Amino acid sequence: MIGVGKAKQYANVLDKPLSRGRQEVSLSAFAFLFSELVQYNQTQVDNIAELERRLEDAGYAVGARVLELLCHREKGNRRETRLLGILSFIHSTVWKVLFGKVADSLEKGTEHEDEYMISEKELLVNRFISVPKDMGAFNCGAFVAGIVKGVLDNAGFPAVVTAHFVPIEGQQRPRTTILIKFAEEVKQVCIV
Amino acid sequence: MPPLTPPKSGDALFASVDRVNAELFTLTYGAIVRQLLTDLEEVEEVNKQLDQMGYNIGTRLVDEFLAKSNVSRCVDFKETADVIAKLGFKMFLGVTATVTKWDAEGTSCSFVLEDNPLVDFVELPDTCQGLQYCNVLSGVIRGALEMVSMKTEVTWVRDMLRGDDAYEMRVKLIKQVPEEYPYKDDD
Repeated sequence: MIGVGKAKQYANVLDKPLSRGRQEVSLSAFAFLFSELVQYNQTQVDNIAELERRLEDAGYAVGARVLELLCHREKGNRRETRLLGILSFIHSTVWKVLFGKVADSLEKGTEHEDEYMISEKELLVNRFISVPKDMGAFNCGAFVAGIVKGVLDNAGFPAVVTAHFVPIEGQQRPRTTILIKFAEEVKQVCIV
Repeated sequence: MPPLTPPKSGDALFASVDRVNAELFTLTYGAIVRQLLTDLEEVEEVNKQLDQMGYNIGTRLVDEFLAKSNVSRCVDFKETADVIAKLGFKMFLGVTATVTKWDAEGTSCSFVLEDNPLVDFVELPDTCQGLQYCNVLSGVIRGALEMVSMKTEVTWVRDMLRGDDAYEMRVKLIKQVPEEYPYKDDD
C-alpha cells in the first residue's frame, strides 16, 4: 500500500509527541555551530562587553526553552519555588541534560549573601575555543551564563549571571566559574 | 605496505566520536537563527548568512570527516553522494539521508532527510515564510565538496517546516576543479 510507513503529519508542532531526549549529535557539530555563532557576533560588535552580552542573550533564549522542556519532561510540570531547589535543579538536571554530567560544584559565596557559584573544570562550549591575549578576560562561557540566567529568570528568580576564569594551581587551563547574583526581590521573598 | 584500516560503517563512526545532547544543538541553532532575524530583518539576507555560515563550517568539517572515517578516494559523484548520505550525515548529525532522483548524467541528485535534529520544536511564523531554516546544511555540503575539488549548487526542494513530508535538497555538480599547485615544479 502506498503511504503506509510515512511519518504522521502533525498540523501543529505542539501536538507532536515529545521525544525522550536521548537523541545525540556529534560534539564537533555543536562545536562548529558554536564557533560560527561567536564569529558572527564578533562582526557585529566593537568591544568585548558587547560580545559577551550578545552571547548571553543567545544563551538566555536557550535557557528559557530548556526550563520549559525539562519541567515538563523530567519533573512532571512541577515548578521549583525554593532558591536551593532551583539551584540544585540547574546544577544537576540542567547540566546533566545539556552537557552529559552534573556540574563540578555548587557553592555559596562567602562575601555576599545573595551570591552563588557553579564551577566547572572545563566548560563544554570552551573546549575548542582559544582566546587571543588581546581579548583579555573574554569568556565564551557567557553563553552558558546566559542559559543559567534564562532558566532562573523564567523560573521567577531574577539574577545577574556572569562567567569567569579562575586560575588554579598546578593546572594549565583555568577553571570556569558561573557567578550568580540574585536580585533584591529574591532575597526578600525566599528564606534560604 | 602497511595494512590499510577499512572504512567504518555509519553507526560505528558515530559511536566513535564524542557526542552531545541533540537538544543543546537544536536550541543553539534556534538562537542563531533568531539573532540573525533580529539583526538582518530581511529573510533573504538571513538565508544567505546561514548559507555562508554553513560554507565556513563545511570547509573545516570535511577535514575532520576524512580524518576520522578512513574512506578511500571516491571514484565518481555517485559514490561521493552515498558517502555523504550514509557516513557524513550519520557522523555529525546522527541521522542518515537517502540519495534519490539521480538524473541521466549522474551529476545531480537529491538527499532526503526524514529526521532532522536542527528543526525539533520549530514552527515558522507567518512573517518568515520565505526562510530556509536549514540553509546551513546546504552551505555545509557546498563548502565540504568545494574543498575536495567539486563545485556544486545546493537548493532546497522540500521542507517539512513548510508543510512537506520530508526534507529534500537537490545537489548539482557543476564541475570538478582539478587541484592546482601553488608553485611550479621546475623552479
